[in-house]
Amino acid sequence: MSTASETVAFAWTAENEAEAQRHIAKYPSGKQQSAVMPLLHLAQKQNNGHVTQEIMEFIADYLGMPAIRVMEVATFYTMYNHKPVGKHHVQVCTTTPCWLRGSDGIVSACKKRLGVEMGGTTADGMFTLSEVECAGACVNAPVVAIGDDYYEDLTPESMTALLDALAKGEDVKPGPQNGRQTSAPEGGATTLKDFIAKA
Amino acid sequence: MPKLTIDGQEVEVAPGTTVLQACEEVGVEIPRFCYHERLSIAGNCRMCLVDMERSPKPIASCAMPVGEGMVIHTNTERVKKAREGVMEFLLINHPLDCPICDQGGECDLQDQAMAFGRSGNRYHENKRAVEDKYMGPLVETAMTRCIHCQRCVRFTEEVGGVEDMGALWRGEHTEITTYLDKVIESELSGNVIDLCPVGALTSKPYSFTARSWELKKTESVDVMDAVGSNIRVDARGNAVMRILPRLHEDVNEEWISDTTRFAYDGLKLRRLDTPYVKKGKSLEEAAWGDAFAAIKKKLKDVKGSEIAAVIGDLADMESMVALKDLLGGLGSKRIECRQDGTALEAGVRASYIMNTGIAGIEEADFLLLVGTNPRFEAPLVNARIRKATRKNGLKVANIGSAEDLTYKVDEFGDDATLLKKVLGGRHELSKALKAAAKPMIIVGQGALRRADGAQVLKAAHDIAEKYCVKEGWNGFNVLHTAAARVGGLDLGLTAKGGIEAIKADAEAGKLKVVFLLGADEFDTSALKDTFVVYLGTHGDEGVKNADVILPGAAYTEKSGTYVNTEGRVQRTAKAVFAPGDAREDWTILRALADVLEVKLGYNNLGELRARLVKLAPLAATLDTLVPAEWADFGAEGDVAEGGFGPAIGNFYLTNPVLRASKIMAECVEIREGNAEEATGTHG
Ligand code: SF4
Ligand code: FES
Ligand code: FES
Repeated sequence: MSTASETVAFAWTAENEAEAQRHIAKYPSGKQQSAVMPLLHLAQKQNNGHVTQEIMEFIADYLGMPAIRVMEVATFYTMYNHKPVGKHHVQVCTTTPCWLRGSDGIVSACKKRLGVEMGGTTADGMFTLSEVECAGACVNAPVVAIGDDYYEDLTPESMTALLDALAKGEDVKPGPQNGRQTSAPEGGATTLKDFIAKA
Repeated sequence: MPKLTIDGQEVEVAPGTTVLQACEEVGVEIPRFCYHERLSIAGNCRMCLVDMERSPKPIASCAMPVGEGMVIHTNTERVKKAREGVMEFLLINHPLDCPICDQGGECDLQDQAMAFGRSGNRYHENKRAVEDKYMGPLVETAMTRCIHCQRCVRFTEEVGGVEDMGALWRGEHTEITTYLDKVIESELSGNVIDLCPVGALTSKPYSFTARSWELKKTESVDVMDAVGSNIRVDARGNAVMRILPRLHEDVNEEWISDTTRFAYDGLKLRRLDTPYVKKGKSLEEAAWGDAFAAIKKKLKDVKGSEIAAVIGDLADMESMVALKDLLGGLGSKRIECRQDGTALEAGVRASYIMNTGIAGIEEADFLLLVGTNPRFEAPLVNARIRKATRKNGLKVANIGSAEDLTYKVDEFGDDATLLKKVLGGRHELSKALKAAAKPMIIVGQGALRRADGAQVLKAAHDIAEKYCVKEGWNGFNVLHTAAARVGGLDLGLTAKGGIEAIKADAEAGKLKVVFLLGADEFDTSALKDTFVVYLGTHGDEGVKNADVILPGAAYTEKSGTYVNTEGRVQRTAKAVFAPGDAREDWTILRALADVLEVKLGYNNLGELRARLVKLAPLAATLDTLVPAEWADFGAEGDVAEGGFGPAIGNFYLTNPVLRASKIMAECVEIREGNAEEATGTHG
């Protein structure tokens, strides 16, 4: 089924092979197909952020299941990408809580800074911008996921700064961008203050 | 047994029944799209919502098992509203293009929208559109109409046994497709057309050719293989427009194979529609009288011993009887129905039928295949085996060439001598057969066609006697590929030496006249110098060396008796008239008998059938399985080493109707192309 002869056949790196086996070992023997999702994810990572038909067929073979069933899973979940993405995949949450907290502003800041529309990748291949549904961190809305990390409590300014830093290859700190400690109240604790003071 | 109340009626049903099935039992109709009694439960369309007391919201009745004391309502205001709601959502993304849809008039969505939907539409936004998919030459797609019930996906996976179809993406973007837009690699693929409750999957060959309500429907029986699938022939005027399955739990359930469904264009192509007589080197059109006169002239100084006849694979019993009687009147008894040279003998009926029956497969717990590939020889028998492997854990073992039969098979190699070892009692298979409560063995024509076919048959008999024939259970089965074969054997139409002797005697000049009743499956070049009368439907192998051609009627054009591989007697019905000057076969033989001054003793079909029943009493037992008495058969002797050949050539080309069909030719091209591609890249 390999269409283009120039594509190198996909194969696990030694490290990922071990990781794949670790996932498979989580399921009873004969039920190795249950590992299809973590394996797709692993392969996507190894392939710089997207899965291909070849990868899906590789995993189908690897798990002993029909290719169409792997493809069903890989297309059902939106976190598998079917087209190449930039080095940083900027996934802006625009679901209601984030939207109420100003995700529109985040979206326009991203568009402006990166010069691409939703779904677009910058010419230098550094960034891909996309819109996602609730990232599950509404408490710190608005939220953007980049790669494996979440960046929270964003403003258009902090968003732009974040992208600037990433573009320069600087280290950035994941989590709330407004100084908040994890999901504690903004501006510090509001209860048990005495307790904290004594401690 | 749980008791429940449905709309005020109390019912008691078997445990594990679903609410929907319980409703059906008391005659309450529940609308549904995704539910199908022969497929797994998906519960994804929500059309079957009903009210259950003490449940805060309506339940999906297809997926809810009954419980003791349940109180179900199907006619409340809330159920009505729920159905209207589901219907409205389903129609949001449905194009409502019924006027240009082939399903129109026989569409579940259309019918249920009328019965259970609200009138009018509140959705004014854009509808989604989905690109059509390619699924091969048989299935046409209009995927915008799909409602994602996934019946097609479940059918191909569960019944067909091929993992070719799936649902990609999700929610509003869901698309049903075959993997990489390839053809469905199943011999049963056409059934998705019937299963699709909307017009998303329709018949490609039938596309835009007719409306369901203008068709005349005739209930009949198929002859493309020896299963005898029950079919409905839909015709408009004198043309067969399509063929659909008819429910028969014991034979084809509600499926038919692709050859059964799509053979019909072959009924219109390459047809013999007028008699021909050979003048010099070429065949010329002739009048009936001239054709008969030519035969009479030839027969004038021919002795009975110089005459023989060969019965084709599609012949009905009535024509066989007429031909037998005609030959008898001419002084010959040499009439042969085994044109493939199989070693089966008439006489012991148990030796040549499927004693267990097709439905019996579901009772068996061990199955040994000998020289057969049921997937191609009888797709519906194969579907039944697959069903039994999935449902009852039937174990299947094979002696013969290893093929993909869509279920797990333990392969023991392609060597006939294995049979003797199994008989020895030490072999792994002997143990498995012995351990099984209801073991069966299916012997294919590939096994019986060898030079030592009679010895193979004997070995199979002995194995069956040792392990498979018990009180109330006969596990010995012969799988036929020709619809006419069991009927022919029931009539005792075998000649000493079989087809090979006929060929040899013809070549040696010992035979002067040979009648072919639609016999197209053997090489007729041996009959080059013999006077050949071909009575059949198509310009196929049989006419190549014919001197007189008499145009007969195909299975859709006559009422004929056929006996399927189980020994079940069934009848085809006349859906259309034979083309041009062609006539029903027995009437031709009756007229010819007059010319030849032979008295047949019957003047109409009723009288002929009375004669048929006299010759083969079982022909009177319509659609019943009469247990055959077990006896000895086959011939003692050694079985030679070596494998079994295939029983049939290409699945799509096993008889003259199929070979004339353009649809079948396309199937061959596409599936062979795929096979080549597969070996090209993988091998
Ligand atoms: S194509 Fe037809 S059968 Fe298949 S999911 Fe769609 S509506 Fe159901
Ligand atoms: S809505 Fe954005 S994280 Fe939940
Ligand atoms: S028929 Fe019950 S959900 Fe579809």
